[in-house]
This record gives sequence, structure tokens and C-alpha cells, in this order.
Amino acid sequence: MPWAMATPTRTRGFFEALFFHVGTGFRGFSCGGLILALNGKGVSVTTLVEPQQKIDPSPSQMMDWYRQMVLIRAFEMRCAQSYQQQKIGGFCHLYVGQEAVAVGSIAAVRPSDYVITAYRDHGHAIARGMDIYPLFAELYGKKTGCSHGKGGSMHFFDAEKNFFGGHAIVGAHIPLATGLGWAAKYRKEDRVVLCYFGDGAINQGSFHEALNLAGLFKLPIIFMVENNGYGMGTHLHRASAVTDLKLRTGDAYGIPGKDVDGMDCVAMYRMMVAAAEYCRKGNGSIFLDVKTYRYRGHSMSDPQKYRTKEEVAQYQEHDPIGRLEKQLKDAHVLDDKKATQISDEIHAQVEAAHEKADTDAYPDTADVWSDIYANPYGDYKL
Amino acid sequence: MPEIQMREALNQAMCEEMQRDPDVFLIGEEVAEYDGAYKVSQGMLAKFGPMRVVDAPISECGFAGLGVGAAMVGMRPIIEFMTFSFSLVAFDQVVNNAPKVRHMSGGQLKVPIVFRGISGPGQQLGATHSWTVDALYTHVPGLKVVCPTTAYDAKGLLKTAIRDDDPVIFLENESMYGLRGEVPDEEYLLPFGKADIKREGTDCTVVAWGHGCLTALAAAEKLHKEHGIEVEVVDPRTLRPLDMPAIMASVQKTGYCVTVEEGYPQCGVGSEIAAQLQENCFDYLDNSVIRVASLDVPMPYSKPLLQHVVPGVDRVADAIKKAIYFQG
Repeated sequence: MPWAMATPTRTRGFFEALFFHVGTGFRGFSCGGLILALNGKGVSVTTLVEPQQKIDPSPSQMMDWYRQMVLIRAFEMRCAQSYQQQKIGGFCHLYVGQEAVAVGSIAAVRPSDYVITAYRDHGHAIARGMDIYPLFAELYGKKTGCSHGKGGSMHFFDAEKNFFGGHAIVGAHIPLATGLGWAAKYRKEDRVVLCYFGDGAINQGSFHEALNLAGLFKLPIIFMVENNGYGMGTHLHRASAVTDLKLRTGDAYGIPGKDVDGMDCVAMYRMMVAAAEYCRKGNGSIFLDVKTYRYRGHSMSDPQKYRTKEEVAQYQEHDPIGRLEKQLKDAHVLDDKKATQISDEIHAQVEAAHEKADTDAYPDTADVWSDIYANPYGDYKL
Repeated sequence: MPEIQMREALNQAMCEEMQRDPDVFLIGEEVAEYDGAYKVSQGMLAKFGPMRVVDAPISECGFAGLGVGAAMVGMRPIIEFMTFSFSLVAFDQVVNNAPKVRHMSGGQLKVPIVFRGISGPGQQLGATHSWTVDALYTHVPGLKVVCPTTAYDAKGLLKTAIRDDDPVIFLENESMYGLRGEVPDEEYLLPFGKADIKREGTDCTVVAWGHGCLTALAAAEKLHKEHGIEVEVVDPRTLRPLDMPAIMASVQKTGYCVTVEEGYPQCGVGSEIAAQLQENCFDYLDNSVIRVASLDVPMPYSKPLLQHVVPGVDRVADAIKKAIYFQG
């Protein structure tokens, strides 16, 4: 059923956004759709096209995503094992079930675009192209870790790949995304920012301050709430006064919102291509309410009393990897034999990286004094 | 040398650095069209335009975080807090994001950002607006903390802060903005971690910075005039890094030490200096180190109460007399 939402008019760059809502039958979630952004005179200034009509990923692209998703899941399952073996300390939040979100979205943007996320960051790091060996090494607290063993599970970084963390305080990185967007706009660089956070983060003040700044300054940011239904053990309905999350951005901050099926990598990709294009044209930010689900607990220490096994099983029927696998098989680019071969290869790759990291040395205790100040004593010259 | 107000010195520092480096920009509440709540950024909007002198909504957490994010990709934001009492709304950004991103990324990123604004008890603003945040931020590894006393120091240190590759807390004082001091026409920088002897003396070392340093200098003058006591006033200028060698050298000369600050005594900067002196300089001390600080209470509104809480010239002078066993 089509419905319309008008964003508030502002003195500068005001527009209206119309959303045509297309249901997919997936657990009542909605995805796909069309945004027509209009200026105050009703003239279309930009169109966020209906993704399905225009964008058709190639089989080789989809195979690449499939491999990435299988890799993320294998990595996470090895993490679960390593955590139980006490090789990983602290908190460890697994991305199992949410793989399509990071893979489908990052696939749709350029290496020069900025990516920043919260503490459930393993999937984004891998989708951004980080090698899994320094990730394992980081998890095991080794010197060879991507952050030299200083960051751990929640703080993966790769500056060269424009991956800016890995941030553990809920919602605290969302203002940082506005800074990345500000820098891109200030320098007139053709970049967009991908900012991920969970549905628990949207009730933090930092989220709302950041969204207001992004809307006010028209920053090129795609805000993605990875809405897995739970902030730790609290269901969205018990945490958010309004559960249609895009309503908390569009009218409030002049940032159009869209629902997207985060269990479908292709849908995610199609939406992101359109969203990135929207941001690159200088329209400001986009908010995506990405419907997803995590199969594992919030962290490794979560007994999951807040949900039933049946609920988890229901979502697993719509498994993002299984879904992509079926699409690939239907397109005759993948069969059971090839799928098994890929799985075997990736599991061997994961085991090798884990073993290498596991035998690496811990940092020297003297290393506690490094990586704190870029300029420890201030040798300043005119 | 021309004499200018401290606010002009700060303005010059920002303008010179913005002319020098296009990555420098200023953001804060009322910094642009209003010309600054305390006129420190006066004229800067006209000079640099709205992309470089940016009015922020009242969202300290938001715009402090915006600055940190921009710094992560090499920009050099200057974040003006209308007062550092409001930085507490952005505390997580200042103590958790700015100084820890470098560490948690294993040194991959740097965060060259300056947070500046007024700190101190102010003019009868009540408890929430009267924070002296020196000790709060000096506590945090990854931050640098600067607290200038003169217009000369303010300009040289702010220029250094803007060029520094790490997050810097730059603490100013409302009542000092109008104070005049000599500032040379030619460009200069002042290093972090280098104390300045603001007054030489032989009888007692007083360590003081910012507004507390002015109080200490007044107390030193009073003791000189009234009793011939020669106080050495050491201004560390930066609290992190802290120039302990200079403080110890002075104490080795005088044998006595008093610290003066407008923050609170418990876990204050003076407590840290006293601890380091007894650890490293014990044999040179002829008495215990005496800390002068605000009384350990929330800042009251009423003027006589406020004046009672914040250390004044007499309290500092009395502490010095007590420290050196002066009986007069």
C-alpha cells in the first residue's frame, strides 16, 4: 500500500520524500521501494531509484559476496570456539545471521568511502577486505593484531582501507561519522560515509545529536541501523517509543529513511547503490532501517532468555547465506559440489589463520607505552 | 612589543594557523555569527567564511564527536566549548574517543584536535557552571592539557596545540580574557612540557598555572613587600605533559613547595605534584608540600561564599608562610 511521508521544510535545501512501500512477505519486514525527493515547488531534484529495476549484480559479484559471507560465518564460528577455549578475552559479539548487511552494503560503495561501525565489527572488517589473520591475532591479544593487541574484538581498525573502527560505547561513534562526512564535504571529496549501529544505539543522545548535525549540514552519510530486534536482551518494542525507526529521522532531522531487508544481500546491495548515489549528489544523508537478525546471543555470555529457540529457528529459515546460495544455484552458477568446495576452502583458510595467530607472540610489556601519542614530547618547528 | 588582550592573542593564534593550514577549522556554539560568546573568535567568520568558522547547535556531544571524526582523517578542528562545564555533556567524546582512537587502532590513526574554552569558577554562576576541569582531563592518558597564564603564553601555546598531532585540552579563563600582555609581532611557538619561571625567588617554590598563577604572583609580591620573603613562582603551562624536572629544580633550590589551583583538592593536580615531589625529591624538602585549592564543596553562588571557596591572595600567602615556618 503506497503511503507518503513529507519531511519538514527547512530554509535551505528542503525537500519532500515519498516512499512507495513494497512488502516482501519476509516476517512482515518490508524492503525495496522508491524515493522521489522533491523540492518545495514539487519538482524532482533527485531520485533514489527503485533498486530492483535498475541494478542487476553479475553472477561473479554475487559469488564474491557468497564467499565473503561464508568467510564471515566461518570466522565467527571459529571465534565462538576460541572464546570457549579462552583464547579470546573481554566481550565478543558475533555477526552470525547479519552477514548480508555488511557484505551487501560495502560491496555497493568505493574503497575511498569511509566505513565506521560499533562493537559487532568483525563482519564489516572482513567485508572491507581486512585479512582475517591480523583479526584473529587481535582477538588473541597478539602483537601481530591489527591494533597490536590494544583494541580487541570491539576495536578493529584499518586506516588504509578507510575502516575507522570498531567502537564499543553504544552510539558514541555516530558523531564521529558526522566528522568523517564533514571532512569529505569540507574537502569537496567524492566520498560517502557508511555508519552502522544497532537498534540499541538509536536511543542514545549521541545518535540524535549526530543525526541533527548530519541533517543540518547535509553531510554525505548513510546511517544504517542493523535492526536485529534486540538491544542486548531488550526487544525494540520495550526500548523505542516509535518502532518504525525511519520515522525518528525523516520528520525529525530531514533525513529520508528506508526499510531494507538485511537478510537479502542483493536487496541490501541494490538499496545501497541507490543510497550512495543519493548522498554523492549532495542531497545529504540517508537512514536505512536494516531488518536483520543475530542467531547468537548479544555477546558470548548471553543466556538468551529473552527469546525462544523457535524464534531463532524461524529466522534461520531465511538465512542470508542460504538465500544467496539458492539465488546462485537458480542462476546455475553454483551447485552443491562447488558450494562444498568453497566451504572447505574457507574453513581451511580460517583454521590456518587461527593457528598462525594462536602461535604468535604477545606484545612486549614495553609496548604499553606506544600508540598513545603521535607526538609524545612536542618537537615543534616553525 | 605591542600589548594585547589575551582574547586577541587567542584570536591571532587561531587566525594565523587557519591561514597557514586549510585543514584547520573552528566549530562551537555562537563562534561565527555572534562573534563568540566571549568574543575570542571576533571577526573570524568574515575572514574565513562559514565552512571554517562554524556555528554549531547546542549539541556538545555531537560537535565534539564531529571534530574527533574529522581529525581521524587529518583535519585539525578547534572545538570551542562555551565553557568546559559544558564539555561534561561531551565527556565521552573527549575522554573516550579523542584520546583512545589512536591507541585502539594500534597507532594507525592520529587525532589532531583542540578543545578550548573557559574553565574555572567564573562570576557567580553556581555549581554546575563553575567547573575547573584541570584535574579531570589531566587524569586521562592520550590527552594533553594546556593552561596559559599570559597573553604571550596563550598565543604561543595555542598555535602549538593546533599543530600538535594529539588531542589537546586548552583551558582559558573568563576573567583573564581582557588582561593585557606583551606579544611580539613575529611568529613564535611555545613548547609543551616546558615550565616558565614567572617570578624568581629563593625562599619557597609555588607551582601555579592559569588564574591560580595570577593569585600566586600577587601573593608573592605581597610577601616580598611585607616580609621580604622571596617566592619563586613556577608556571608549568602544560599540566600534561608536566615539567617535573623544572619543578624539582626549583624545590631543590628553595626546599619548600606550595601548589595553587582553583580546582578541588582531592586528586587534584597539586596532589599529583606533591606525590611526585615526595617520590623523587624527598630529601630536598624541608617541610611537607602544601596544597592550596578550592574548598572541597560545590561552588556556591553567593559572592562572599564563592570568594571563601576559591583560593585568594591571602590564603596563598598564609600557606607559603606556613610552608616555610615563617613566624612574623
